[in-house]
Amino acid sequence: MGIVERTLSSRPSTDTLVVGFVAVVGTVLLFDLLARFAAIEIPLFWGMTFGGRTTFVGFAGLLWSGIVVGLIFGLAGIGLSMTYSILNFANFSHGDLLTTGAFTGWGAALLVAGWGLADAGYLLTVRAGSGPGPTEIGASVVSAPVAVLIGALVAALLTIAAALVIDRTVYKPMRDRGGIPLLIASIGVALILRYVIQFVYGSRNRGVTSTEGVRRDVLGVSINLHDLSLVIVAVALMLAMHLLLQRTKLGKAMRAMADNKDLALVTGIPTERVVQATWILGAGLAGVSGYLYVLERGTAEFNIGWFLLLFIFAAVILGGIGSIYGAIAGGLVIGLVHEVSLIWLPSDFNAAAAFAIMILVLLYRPEGIFAGVSTA
Amino acid sequence: MSESQGSPTAAAERDTATADTAESDGSRAEAVETPLRVENLRKTFGGIVAVDDASFVVESGSLTGLIGPNGAGKSTTFNCITGAHKPDSGVVEFKGEAITGLRPDQIATRGLVRTFQIARSLEEMTVLENLMLAPKGQIGETLWRSVLPGARGQVIKQEEELRERVWETLEFFEIDHLAQQQAGTLSGGQRKLLEMARALMTDPDMLLLDEPLAGVNPTLERKLLARIHDLQAEGYTFLLVEHDMDVIMEHCERVIVMHQGSVLAEGDPSVIRHDERVIEAYLGEDV
Amino acid sequence: MTDGSGSEPQGGEQSPGAEPPGDGSVRAVFDDMFGRIERSDVLIVATAMVAVYTLFTIFVLLRLGITTGTPNAIASAWRELTFLFAAYAMLALALNLHWGYTGLFNIGVAGFMAVGVYTMALLSTPADAISGQGLGLPLPIGVIGGMIAAALVGLVAAVPALRVRADYFAIVTLGLSEIIRLTLNSRTLSEWTLERFGFATGGGSGIDLPDRPTDALFDTAVGEALIELFVVEIGGEEVTLVAASVLRRFTWAVVMLAITVGFYWLLRRIGFSPFGRVLKSIREDELVAQSLGKDTRIFKIKVFMLGCALMGLAGILWQGSQGFVSPDSFRPIVTFYVFVAVIIGGSGSNTGSVIGALFFVSLLFLAPRRVGGIVDARLDLLDAPGTFAGAVDPLITVFNAEPMLAYAIDNISALQFILLGVVLILIVQYRPDGVMGHRTETAAAADLDRPNRGESDE
Repeated sequence: MGIVERTLSSRPSTDTLVVGFVAVVGTVLLFDLLARFAAIEIPLFWGMTFGGRTTFVGFAGLLWSGIVVGLIFGLAGIGLSMTYSILNFANFSHGDLLTTGAFTGWGAALLVAGWGLADAGYLLTVRAGSGPGPTEIGASVVSAPVAVLIGALVAALLTIAAALVIDRTVYKPMRDRGGIPLLIASIGVALILRYVIQFVYGSRNRGVTSTEGVRRDVLGVSINLHDLSLVIVAVALMLAMHLLLQRTKLGKAMRAMADNKDLALVTGIPTERVVQATWILGAGLAGVSGYLYVLERGTAEFNIGWFLLLFIFAAVILGGIGSIYGAIAGGLVIGLVHEVSLIWLPSDFNAAAAFAIMILVLLYRPEGIFAGVSTA
Repeated sequence: MSESQGSPTAAAERDTATADTAESDGSRAEAVETPLRVENLRKTFGGIVAVDDASFVVESGSLTGLIGPNGAGKSTTFNCITGAHKPDSGVVEFKGEAITGLRPDQIATRGLVRTFQIARSLEEMTVLENLMLAPKGQIGETLWRSVLPGARGQVIKQEEELRERVWETLEFFEIDHLAQQQAGTLSGGQRKLLEMARALMTDPDMLLLDEPLAGVNPTLERKLLARIHDLQAEGYTFLLVEHDMDVIMEHCERVIVMHQGSVLAEGDPSVIRHDERVIEAYLGEDV
Repeated sequence: MTDGSGSEPQGGEQSPGAEPPGDGSVRAVFDDMFGRIERSDVLIVATAMVAVYTLFTIFVLLRLGITTGTPNAIASAWRELTFLFAAYAMLALALNLHWGYTGLFNIGVAGFMAVGVYTMALLSTPADAISGQGLGLPLPIGVIGGMIAAALVGLVAAVPALRVRADYFAIVTLGLSEIIRLTLNSRTLSEWTLERFGFATGGGSGIDLPDRPTDALFDTAVGEALIELFVVEIGGEEVTLVAASVLRRFTWAVVMLAITVGFYWLLRRIGFSPFGRVLKSIREDELVAQSLGKDTRIFKIKVFMLGCALMGLAGILWQGSQGFVSPDSFRPIVTFYVFVAVIIGGSGSNTGSVIGALFFVSLLFLAPRRVGGIVDARLDLLDAPGTFAGAVDPLITVFNAEPMLAYAIDNISALQFILLGVVLILIVQYRPDGVMGHRTETAAAADLDRPNRGESDE
């Protein structure tokens, strides 16, 4: 059906309306938050109140966890955004690439960390069946930093391998078939990945990392070292992506292709090689994101990536499809919304809030909330 | 209309003929002498001015050509007239009514119907379906009428009436042998014929043809031009964007020349042919 | 999708030359009700159904052999098949209206089903239910309310969403369907509505549902006679060939099948009408439709609401007929199942949607488990190892594949999903028009062939 041309006359009015609405809601929430800090509570109606009680420390905690999950969304979002803009389809199997990284990576990490403690099969399948517990194996940045590092590398490499095989067999034969057939195919890929993982690793939600001694006092603040490593690795990878896109020839070619595929073709950019590079970078980051996500939450299940998919989409859409900085910023916004909204919403609604924001952005600002700011 | 399948004759002869019919057959031409009037039309994309204060009129029953070098703003003007784009400023008037900024469907229902530069046939629909889609006032386009057992009889009856006209039109354009084919299987030229046939089925007062001859082989081109003249003889008004100068000069009685978004010259082909500015801007390369 | 004209073996619905001479008024009435259905279409569906039901009979025979329990097992297998076939056929037809006809790539089917089912439940579940709480209104009010609610949610979604690109529309609808599911899952909301309005969704623990209307039949003499019919005497012993519980549920499945025919009738009529013609043109090229004077917004909104209402109804008949429902029944995977059904049959074809639903339910959804059951029962396999590692070990050390086979049978549901993914990809790659190939279902109420003037050039 193609792109329906937007009617221009209706745009400014809806835009102003939406911006106005967002501004009003934002202001009310800000005052409410300030009232909460001051422990002011004014009853309204239906049991709802203005203000309430939120400690500043509690708020800072929510901000921190918002940043931590936001970085996961953002890091994973880079790959999704790149495939979306360069290959022109919404990849519904991206979440399951995260799961692929999580399980392959932690299988390797447990094997190294728990060598000799249990048989290799048990460790490689990330504790499928019965055997020593996570604390006994001791996979953490404190007790087995090398194992954790090796795991991250394996996560990246095997996810890249999986993505390249999938691209060759599934997407390459239908490169020019348009967004919707590719999207459908990616749903097929998602099912295959997810259930191969379930077949091999089992469906149990299991503990993976050891949390012993992970919480430390750093400069007087109690910090989870796993969260901290996640933040450091994620930021480092984001910086690396920035340098790669801005400083290298490959990066320039990728940006050109994201802008205009036909033009890139005409100007002699070897598109197949750029496509491959896209998968390598995108899948590598996805694998590491999945791996880091498990590091942060401590447990793994075969459908964690699928559950993250909509959040990652939300991040990418918020930031504007095709922009890696947008994906990072969008990830942080979605992460913060997901956590900070807990102040106002019951915990069974925060995911819905994040999705609602995604939908509103898609409907009223499909070019992303940062559009106009020049990006990659 | 199926009777009026004339072969192309000399241009001069045709001109007098159309002038006669346009006056005698007032039913289609109506009282309005200038069905289409464009005034100070302006459209920008980002910072680029595509149409810059373009003004012109198309006279009733005429076959008017709109020409200009690449990027002169012809297609954008077309899109602004037919509602595909909203002009930034200016007025488009059709049959005395301002239609500026209306939706494409609102403009089409007022009798101003367009075709596309790259023929946009509905590929997975048959030629018959393409034509049956077009007529206005189909009662079966309301959901309940097409479903409820009682009302459906009327829908079928109307469809059978339309079917007659559809086949006549197909025969008029000599594509009746393609009726059952998917439009996607047609050649470029056949698609152009299909598009014109489809536009005609809406029973328009005026047709805007966007490069109807682009990519059409000479045989089909003659056929298409003959059909256009036949229809003009029946009182239809045409505005025709065309790249091929010779076609415009030979077949149109009025020519509008656009250059860099605005109207450079307007008038009789013989005058335009010798207009200094036009030659400088556009013809210089060709003539 | 640019199949040449050569690949139209059936030539579609409207080659009256191929139609056998009508047998009087019966045929005429049939034509009036269904439009011009090619006999071949009826034949295709009928043949496929016979084949599938036979296959499932064979499955039961292979597993059980012939015992006194066999008839009940066959009835039970047929019941399950009929029930799911009808459910997916209805959903596939509704989705085909959205996607196949109008090009609206809606992957929020599960969400619209959920709205229908839950609205029905909130209206019609008795107030003394164990989980969740409804207003106890009569069932028809609940069903109609459910359809209206689904249509209204569709309207709210459609008005802003119908102008965005197809892939954005997909993400919007998926997001909406997840928001609906998460909302229904919310304990907080459930408690809050109970306090204010006296009904509750029950949150994650789900909601009880009104009884199936057909169950009342079995309290009457007719129902008892029906049950008696399947009790026979073999060797002086009374044997129940088909259990009353199976009959009860089978009856409902048959009702659903009948309603499926109604769905088909409705969508067929829409497809073969000027209305359907406009829908198709929107799918092909919306700007062309607009340029021919069609106000496409109205058509899209109408069709989206209608499709959503039908999804709501299908949800009610399916998930709403099992006494209990929870938000877990409306995960996005259900939407993908429906998509697979439509894709198998070829999007854009109503007959295809029905065939696609049949193949999906029988071959992809139910057959793997049945086959697993047969292997399990017939090959006296070892106990399956608990983990993949335990299955691989004997395979690579002593080349013993049996533990792996046992493990595979044990985890057949995972393999089934993998199969589903593979089939989805293969169809998109090699048969984008569906297993039945390209079909021309000409969108017109009347026969469009050249009026007979004796100059046909065919």
